[in-house]
Amino acid sequence: MGEQLFRRAVVAAGVAAGLAVASFPALAAWEPTKPVEFVVPAGTGGGADQMARFVQGVVAKHNLMKQPLIVVNKSGGAGAEGFLEVKNAKGDPHKIIITLSNLFTTPLATGVPFNWKDLTPVAMLALDEFVLWVNSESAYKTAGDYINAVKAGNAGQFKMAGTGSKQEDQIITVALEKVVGKKLTYIPFKGGGDVAVQLVGKHVDSTVNNPIEAVAHWRSGALRPLCVFDGKPMPYPAKVTATQSWQDIPTCKSAGVDVEYTMLRGIFMPPGVSQEQVDFYIDLFKKVRALPEWTKYTEDAAFNTTFMTGKEYVDWVTKAEATHKALMQEAGFLAK
Amino acid sequence: MEEISNLMHGFAVALTWKNLLFMFVGILLGVLIGVLPGLGGANGVAILLPLTFTMPPTSAIIMLSCIYWGALFGGAITSILFNIPGEPWSVATTFDGYPMAQKGHAGEALTAAFTSSFVGALVAVVLITFLAPLVAKFALKFGPPEYFAIQLLTFCSFIGMGREPPLKTLAAMMLGFALAAVGLDTVTGTLRMTFGTTHLLQGFDFLVAVIGLFGLGEILITMEEGLSFKGKSAKIDPKIVLRTWAKLPKYWVTSLRSCAIGCWMGITPGGATPASFMSYGMARRFSKTGEKFGDGEIEGVVAPETAAHAAGTSALLPMLTLGIPGSPTAAVLLGGLLIWGLQPGPLLFVEQKEFVWGLIASMYLGNIVGLLIVLTTVPWWAAILRIPFSIIAPVIVVICAIGAYTVHNNMFDVVMMLVFGVVGYLFKKLKYPLAPLVLALVLGDMAETAFRQSMLLSNGSMTIFFSNWLVGSIVTLALVILCYPLFTWFTGRLREKERRATEAR
Repeated sequence: MGEQLFRRAVVAAGVAAGLAVASFPALAAWEPTKPVEFVVPAGTGGGADQMARFVQGVVAKHNLMKQPLIVVNKSGGAGAEGFLEVKNAKGDPHKIIITLSNLFTTPLATGVPFNWKDLTPVAMLALDEFVLWVNSESAYKTAGDYINAVKAGNAGQFKMAGTGSKQEDQIITVALEKVVGKKLTYIPFKGGGDVAVQLVGKHVDSTVNNPIEAVAHWRSGALRPLCVFDGKPMPYPAKVTATQSWQDIPTCKSAGVDVEYTMLRGIFMPPGVSQEQVDFYIDLFKKVRALPEWTKYTEDAAFNTTFMTGKEYVDWVTKAEATHKALMQEAGFLAK
Repeated sequence: MEEISNLMHGFAVALTWKNLLFMFVGILLGVLIGVLPGLGGANGVAILLPLTFTMPPTSAIIMLSCIYWGALFGGAITSILFNIPGEPWSVATTFDGYPMAQKGHAGEALTAAFTSSFVGALVAVVLITFLAPLVAKFALKFGPPEYFAIQLLTFCSFIGMGREPPLKTLAAMMLGFALAAVGLDTVTGTLRMTFGTTHLLQGFDFLVAVIGLFGLGEILITMEEGLSFKGKSAKIDPKIVLRTWAKLPKYWVTSLRSCAIGCWMGITPGGATPASFMSYGMARRFSKTGEKFGDGEIEGVVAPETAAHAAGTSALLPMLTLGIPGSPTAAVLLGGLLIWGLQPGPLLFVEQKEFVWGLIASMYLGNIVGLLIVLTTVPWWAAILRIPFSIIAPVIVVICAIGAYTVHNNMFDVVMMLVFGVVGYLFKKLKYPLAPLVLALVLGDMAETAFRQSMLLSNGSMTIFFSNWLVGSIVTLALVILCYPLFTWFTGRLREKERRATEAR
């Protein structure tokens, strides 16, 4: 009996190994040999955390990796804790990190010593969009209406709620102020969900919530989207409310507010890892992106699903860093 | 009564053998997570979340929410037995639970804690069942000034009636505020008091501090006092549960008040931790035996546990109806909903009836199953205290260290925990109270943020705290409660004077 069980186990192991070899023909090169730590430089429940746990779930469900992927939150100091840990894990191929815009904003605003150049870029998974929202009971039907009202009002009269301080939401607010030529009062909150609810409760006048943070309130008729801060409308024609889809939201540029901003959901590794090791993860994320679950997930969250690797990705990140630096310098957000 | 038929349908969904099994597994895991300090409901649920992607969403949320109930129950166990709060919301349970255990009443304290948890949860679930849409609307009225008012009320209900000298209380509280300010300031986005080290970036975690201050501090004191547990005479008696139950009904007023505080704090969402503190403070103020609180009053266990569990349960309501998490664990569950392809928000109750009512039905069932499981274990938990100190003490120290490490997977936290242990010992020796310190540490950050957000909104005018009936009445209530001891002290002095005057005559 014992022997039979043992033989069965051997057969099973052989089959599993055979399957693995069959499905990873190009990967004889390098594979993780121990569990991979997936660092999230933000708290549990936020956008980056959700994406990381989603990836963890589908990787486990579809057996995309032999070793488990373990999500670890390191949110201290606006994410500095997570980035520093990856920066200091030189040459460790069993650690990857997912980014928010705090990849740029945290070192610039706090002076904590790290930069994306200290890490090894792997791939851009998606870009998160930003939408200008107002309460649906307000009189502003279009971005133009709202901008004109801000222009006509007193400085600081209109209140904008956003996530965190000197981070993406406030940067967009500052860029908006520049275009409009009038100050807004920016109120920082801890999470995007709180921000959306503050607008539903009419405690503030507008927000720049990510689509997923506000979509439930849009569908229930409490919030109204005015424009999206991207170069082109979001490519999702399926109706979200009775009459509107993500695609129907005009770009802010077309409404006369020339502000574009998207947030990087990208993957980085510690410095000093080999190209082989980077390639393993690029391939892994390509497989994740091919899953129907990913398509549904990105559609629900209305992500911009641009995928980039290699030099293209590095160029994008370089440019994004320069943009952040310029915007933050102008706003006086740089650490002294 | 559409709710009743919906609920019955929900029971039909939840009452399959498979779901009952998930419920059972969830509760057991949850109790374990609650017992291990530092691991916490949020971490536990987050770790297990990806495992549930292959399950149907209803089974998944039933199991995960049962982990949450289990953690709420389990948090009380180590608080009472070893003075180590397993979860932030069980800190207030240590104030009277641990003295009870020292007197040999561990079984009673545990039974009281579990039973009140159950009562709190039950009231909150009934509230969710029948008032969900109404309550959700109320939560929308809460902006930054209202949040601050709630925090103020928590502070005011808690301070001003300790037996320690007021100056010592003040000193401990200020130290707590100072510790809470370390790390990133959310309003300006700059670092405060980190002195250039990267270790202090994340600030002082509340859990690391309480594990050290309470757990380790207590071990140090016990070592000095003669290497033995005072509660070891506790008898293992299965009937203890029934005997405690006979005593509990007379605290119905406290219980009712705690339920109200808990539900209110869970929905607004203030969270379970402030709810437990506020409820304990209120109970001490209004109880006839208030001056005995801290020496092992059963009422001092009933109040925080009822409120914590009521808040923990009702915290799921804003999550389901508005998509705002009322607690860290609810935040993780929220992420789970999105991954399962469900959209939390006002339409969830309309579009996903089966899911929502299955979950609500599982709240009833989960808490009943949870109560039965934990109550049967009471005699065994109480028996732990009979193990010789020389064996159990090293185990506790190790558990403290693991707990501190698990909060952020950070070795530096273990060092901090040891430092806090020594601080806790010194506080005890010098007769400084620990409660104001931990209260300031857990609420200081939230209160400060809400205050400064309000100041931004009002352009620096304090009148915002009286700008509508809601915030105005909470602030007024807080101030009245704050000044109440002064008033009684003053009238007491007056009476004393009169008495002397009559005596002199």
